[in-house]
Amino acid sequence: MGIEWGRIIELWPEIQTAFFQTLTMIGISLSVALIIGLPLGILLFITDRGLFLENRPVNSVIGFVVNIVRSIPFIILLVALIPLTKFITGTTIGPIAASVSLSVAAIPFFARIVETSLREIDKGVIEAAIAVGATPWMIIKDVLLPEAKASIIQGVTLTIISLVAYSAMAGVVGGGGIGDLAIRFGYYRYDNTIMIVTVVILIVLVQLIQQAGDYTAKAIDKR
Amino acid sequence: MIQIEKLTKTYTTKHGTVTGVDNVSLDIGKGEIFGIVGYSGAGKSSLIRCINLLERPTSGSVIVDGKDLTKLNGGQLRKARLKIGMIFQHFYLISQKTVYDNIAFALRAAGTPPKSISTRVEELLEMVGLSDKRDVYPAQLSGGQKQRVGIARALANNPAVLLCDEATSALDPNTTLSILRLLKDINRKLNITIVLITHEMNVVKEICDRMAVMQEGRVIEEGQVYDIFADPQKDLTKEFISSVVSFNVPEHLLKEFTGTLVKVLFKGGVAGESVISDTLQNYPIKGNFLHGAIEYIQERPLGIFIMELKGTSSAVMDALKYMESRSAIVEVIPSGH
Repeated sequence: MGIEWGRIIELWPEIQTAFFQTLTMIGISLSVALIIGLPLGILLFITDRGLFLENRPVNSVIGFVVNIVRSIPFIILLVALIPLTKFITGTTIGPIAASVSLSVAAIPFFARIVETSLREIDKGVIEAAIAVGATPWMIIKDVLLPEAKASIIQGVTLTIISLVAYSAMAGVVGGGGIGDLAIRFGYYRYDNTIMIVTVVILIVLVQLIQQAGDYTAKAIDKR
Repeated sequence: MIQIEKLTKTYTTKHGTVTGVDNVSLDIGKGEIFGIVGYSGAGKSSLIRCINLLERPTSGSVIVDGKDLTKLNGGQLRKARLKIGMIFQHFYLISQKTVYDNIAFALRAAGTPPKSISTRVEELLEMVGLSDKRDVYPAQLSGGQKQRVGIARALANNPAVLLCDEATSALDPNTTLSILRLLKDINRKLNITIVLITHEMNVVKEICDRMAVMQEGRVIEEGQVYDIFADPQKDLTKEFISSVVSFNVPEHLLKEFTGTLVKVLFKGGVAGESVISDTLQNYPIKGNFLHGAIEYIQERPLGIFIMELKGTSSAVMDALKYMESRSAIVEVIPSGH
C-alpha cells in the first residue's frame, strides 16, 4: 500500500468539500439536538418520581418515544425518514438533507445524556432550593443547569463524536462528508491513500473535539 | 408559632408501609429554640421536613404562623416557604455559584428588586461574618463557613422560623460551638423561632429552651431542657443525657462502700448554696464525695453529686430529709450488697 502524495493533491478539492459537508451535518444536527434534546432531557428528569414536577404520564410517554427512536438502527432511520427529509428540506440528497436523520437520532441521544447528567446532582441541593421557595423555572435555570454544566458539556462532546461516526453513514443517501469519501474512494475503489487520509482526518477531528470538550468542562467547573 | 397536630408520615416501600412519624403533636412558641433529639431512624428528620412540607404528612396538620401549610396550593406554599428558612447537615449550596449568588438566589425567589439584592446580601454576609468571602465558590470554604452561607441564605427573606436539620453534625466541636453561638445570637436579635433536630445532646444543652425526645416516630418526652436534664423520665432520655453528664460510679466501687450512696441534685440558684456543708455540720454523719459537677444549662447551674453518707440510719434519714427541705433532689442509689 503506501501513500501516493500526488493523489492527495489531485483529490484535495474533494477532501475539502467533504470536510465542510461533515461540519455542516454535525453543526446542524448538533444545534437541533441541543435546542430540542436539552429541554427534553430536563423534562425527563424533573417529571420523574420524587422530583418537583413529578408527572408519571408525561415521563412515561417521553421516555417511551425516546427509547423507540434510540432502538432503531441509524441506517434504517436514514432510509425510513426519506419522506420527512423531502418534506422538510425539499430534497433527499446532500448534507442538509442528511442532517434531518442525524438530528432525529441525536435528539433522544442527547436528551438521555442530559437526564443522566442531572441525576448526578445531589438531591439535597434541589431540596434546599425548594425549601428557599424557588419556582421550578428558577430551580432549572439556577440550580440544575449550572450544577450539571460540566457534565452536560462532556455529553455534548460525546454527542458530537457520535455524530461524526453517524455522518459517515449519510453517504448511503448521498449525504456526502468525509466518511462518504472514505467509503466511495477508499473502500469501493481500493484507493488506500484516500482511505488513510480520510481516516487520519477523522481521528484528528475526534481527538480535537474530545480535548476541547474535556478542557472546557474542567475550566468551567467550580468544584 | 408552629403547631404540629397529630402528624403522621408513612412511607410505602417494597417491603410494605413504614411509619416515619407517628401521631406527633407539638406546639412551639415564637422566639423559642426547640430541640428534637433522637437516634437516626427515630423520625426526627421526617418530622422537621414535614414542617416546611419538603415531605407531605400522610395525615395531621402543620400550622406555621397561623397558616395550615397542608391546605395551601403550590404557589401559596412557595410563598409560605420564603418565611421558613432551612439549613442542612451537608449545607447543600450551589457549587457552581459564588457565595454572593447562592444568597442572592434566595432573594430572587422572593422577587426582591435587583437593586436591593446586593445591599441585602452584604448585610447578611456581615451578620454571619463572611464579608470577605463574597465572590468565593463553596469549594474554597471550610465546613463552618459553608454552614454560615447556608444560614445567610436561610435568613435572606427574614423568615419567622429557621429549621436546622442536623446543622452541626458534619462539623468539628469548635466549629459546632461557633455555629451554635451564631444561631443563638440570631435568635436573640431577630426573635426568630428555631427548630433543630440533632443526635448530639450537647447542642440541645448549649442553645435549646425546650426539647422533645423521639423514638420510633413518637415523642416520648417533652419539656424545658433544664427540667429534662435535671429529672429525665424515660430510659432513652437518660441515655442521651448521660452522653453529656455522666454520673455512673463503677460497679466494683459500688460494692466497696459501706455507707448509704445518694445522688444529690441542686437546681438553679440552690446549686451555689452551702446545703451540703450545712447538712454535714447539723447531723452526726460523715459525707464522702465520689463524683460531682455543676453543669450550666442555658447559664443556669445544675449541680449533681454522688455521695456516700456514713452514720446511724436514722441520722442519715434525717440528713436526707433536711437536704430535701432545702430543695435539693435526693435519690438513694441501691448499693451492690
